[in-house]
Parts: sequence; structure tokens; C-alpha cells
Amino acid sequence: MATTVAPPSVPFQHQQSAHCESGVMSALLRERGTTLSEAMVFGVGAGLTFAYLPFVKIGGFPLISYRMPPRSIIRGVSKRLGITMQYSTFKSVDAGMRALDEQLDAGRVVGLQTSVFWLPYFPPDMRFHFNAHNLVVYEKRGDTYLISDPVFEHPVACDAESLAKARFVRGALAPNGLLYYPTKIPDAVLLAPAIQKAIKFTTGMMLHTPIPIIGVRGIRLVARKIAKLDVANAKYNRLLLGHIVRMQEEIGTGGAGFRFLYSAFLQEAAQVTGDAVLADCARDLTAAGDHWRVFALTCARMCKDREAMDYKKLADMLQQCAVLETEVYAKLRKTTA
Amino acid sequence: MKQEEVPQFETKAMNGEGKALYALDAAGQYTVVRSAGWEAEDIVLAQAIAECERLAAEAFARAKRGAAGPLEYHMYKNRMDVVVLAQSTGYFQWRVKRHLRPGAFAKLSNDVRQRYSDALGIAAAQLDVLPPAP
Repeated sequence: MATTVAPPSVPFQHQQSAHCESGVMSALLRERGTTLSEAMVFGVGAGLTFAYLPFVKIGGFPLISYRMPPRSIIRGVSKRLGITMQYSTFKSVDAGMRALDEQLDAGRVVGLQTSVFWLPYFPPDMRFHFNAHNLVVYEKRGDTYLISDPVFEHPVACDAESLAKARFVRGALAPNGLLYYPTKIPDAVLLAPAIQKAIKFTTGMMLHTPIPIIGVRGIRLVARKIAKLDVANAKYNRLLLGHIVRMQEEIGTGGAGFRFLYSAFLQEAAQVTGDAVLADCARDLTAAGDHWRVFALTCARMCKDREAMDYKKLADMLQQCAVLETEVYAKLRKTTA
Repeated sequence: MKQEEVPQFETKAMNGEGKALYALDAAGQYTVVRSAGWEAEDIVLAQAIAECERLAAEAFARAKRGAAGPLEYHMYKNRMDVVVLAQSTGYFQWRVKRHLRPGAFAKLSNDVRQRYSDALGIAAAQLDVLPPAP
């Protein structure tokens, strides 16, 4: 008797998302019959943050992050919804690639952590050394892997050699071939309590982290740093402002450093819980996000001399973002208390 | 941001790829909208790439004069700096810095060269060769 496993009856559906980690988690769950939007995954995974880390340097500039560290969204979602995940890392490239092939042979769609730089389908100008990109592999044909990379519009393909290189790159946040997939998903996920816990976590972090480099105090700190920039270092200052804008907009954020994505989550959360205050907060956070966008555009235009460079003005704009965000988080904290 | 405000600024760097942005539709509901690019992103990306190219061109000139080894050029050409190259080889930064000098590089063993070759994705034999132009 033949005992071959039938190929999945429904072919894998690719869906573009704003952010790789929330996109992959949403795709892995969807493929296994649990539909959660990217925004819901991002919110329940408590993905939003602001962190200014001057001791971590990227290309000589301080790390400024608008989202939580890699893997925290996946961990947060699985913890709050009772999903069990299997994570595997590998010591050797061969073992890692073999394990991937075995999963695909078994008809399992899996998530991988990779570097961005070594993926040949990325446009050359978008390649940089970031090792915590996430993608979904859904099929292997010959020597080619079919990949659903959530930040791309369409499914892409990658040869085995490049994929192996991208999975086993050394360095900061080295993936070590990380391969992951959910093994147990509850029949009915309880969203409302998870939403409440996640909002409490995010707002607590944004408002009450004791160190001044995280949350709204981090935003204020960066604003003060910008106000104090020395006019004599024009070249460095421009590169720094460009760096801030790139962290905010370029790196798959859905706009305004994940603020719009989180607003979309709040809007959906309002429907799930029936709490209209959450919808109000979505509107207010959208307004804060719009401010972030104006800040980014003004930075960029000043870097290009399309507008006179004015550090004070940029600092005031950032302070305003901090004021608007503080109000939203305080309101959110009250309604989920 | 409203749906009709999503910027559609054709950016060369994106190679025709669209990006997913979250924006409000006419009913005030969030929806995912395709964006071709944005002026602000285009400016800061071009700035970052110009900076990479400037560093590579300067390293190329230094290597031509013999003031540095070709490894420094290859490092910048691959969008790395000493920090990233040290992380991707597993060597200390001071060691990588020493290897950037032409004399120190010439004395390296094949194993060390192979480490650099893997990290940079170029053949070991090409590490001490400069291309005709940066």
C-alpha cells in the first residue's frame, strides 16, 4: 500500500505584510487554519517600542529601534495565545539544510531566520548586513526553494547555496540556521484576554521603563540630542538624521516606525473586545504616526538642503511625537486596567 | 495617513517592488496599501549608499597607493565596516584592523584567508586583488 503523504490540497497563499516577523507568524498560523491578521499578531506579540541604544553601533551610529528585539513577537504571540512553537538551530550547514528538506517533504511550511545581505532576490540597494530577517519556505523544486518573503509583493525563489549562506552567516544576531513552526495551536484562541495583557505590557514599557533610553523617555532623549547637535559637524549630523529616518521608515515598518501597524491592531482589538476607547486610541496613535512621517520628511529634506537645516525644529517635532504618544498610552492603560 | 496620501514615488532602489503600508480607507478603517516609494526614504537611502561608495572609493585609492591592503576595499564594497567584518569572521576588531594593512595581510595563513573569503563571499585568491575601478 502506498503511504505517501498527499500534497497540501490548498496551495500556500502568499500575502505581503509590512514587517517580516509578524508577517511570517501570521502566515504560519493561517497555513495551519488559524486566521490572525498581521496587525493582530504584531499587537498581541507586543511588537511596538522605542529604544535608543547608543552602545550598539550600526555603521557608526547608535541603534534606534521602533520595534522589540527579533523573535519577541513570535514568542509573545505564542505565549499569550497558548501556541506551542518548535525552534531548531543547527551546528552544521548540512544538518540545517537537511532538516529544512525533511520538513518540506513532510508537507510542512516553516519559518526561517536569515541574513538580508545574502538573499539574491533582494534589490542590491536594499541589501545590508542584518541577520534577523524572517521568511517562509513552502516548497522545494530541484535545487530551488520557493519562498514567501512577507515584505515582497510576490513569492520569490532562492537557490540552495545562497539560502544556506543566508541561514548560517556569522555575526550579530546570527541565525544559526534557525527553523521554526507551530506544533500546537488551541482550537479556539482567546483573543480578548491576550489583547488586554499585550496592551498592558506595551504601554507599561513605553511609559514606565526605569531607564531613560526606552519608551517615550527615549524619544525625548533623542529629541534633546538632536537639539544639541553641533552645527560644525554638519556631515555627521546629516548622516545621523538619515540613519534615524531609515530605521523609522525603510525597514518594513508599515509606515511611521510601526505606529500605523499598531493603530491597525488597536482598531481590530476594539472590534474583538467591544471597547470603543481602543478605536479612539487607534485614531490618536494614527495622529502621532502622521507626526512621525512629517518629522521623517523634514529630516530628509533638510539633509538634502531642500529646507534650511534647523535642529531645534526637528527636536520640537520629536517632542510633539512623545507628547501625543504619552497621551495615547495613558488612555490605553486606563481602559485595559 | 489616509489611503490617498500613501506616497507613490517611484524609487530606483526598490526595483519596481512595492511596499505594504497601513493607511485609512474612506470609512476610516485600516487597510494595507501598496506604496511605490517615498521621497523621504529615497533621499536617506541614496545618502547611505553614497556614503558606502565614498568609503569604498577612498579605500580603493589607499590600496592603489599601497597605504592599505585590498581587503579594506573589499570590506567597504560589501557594505561592511571593521565592526561587521570582525563579527562575521569571529576575529577581534584589533586583529581585523591589523589585517587591513598590506604587510600583515600578506603573511596570513590559508585558513584565515578562507575565513575572510567566507565572510565577504569572494574567492580567497581575489582578496588581495583590486578590480580595475572601484
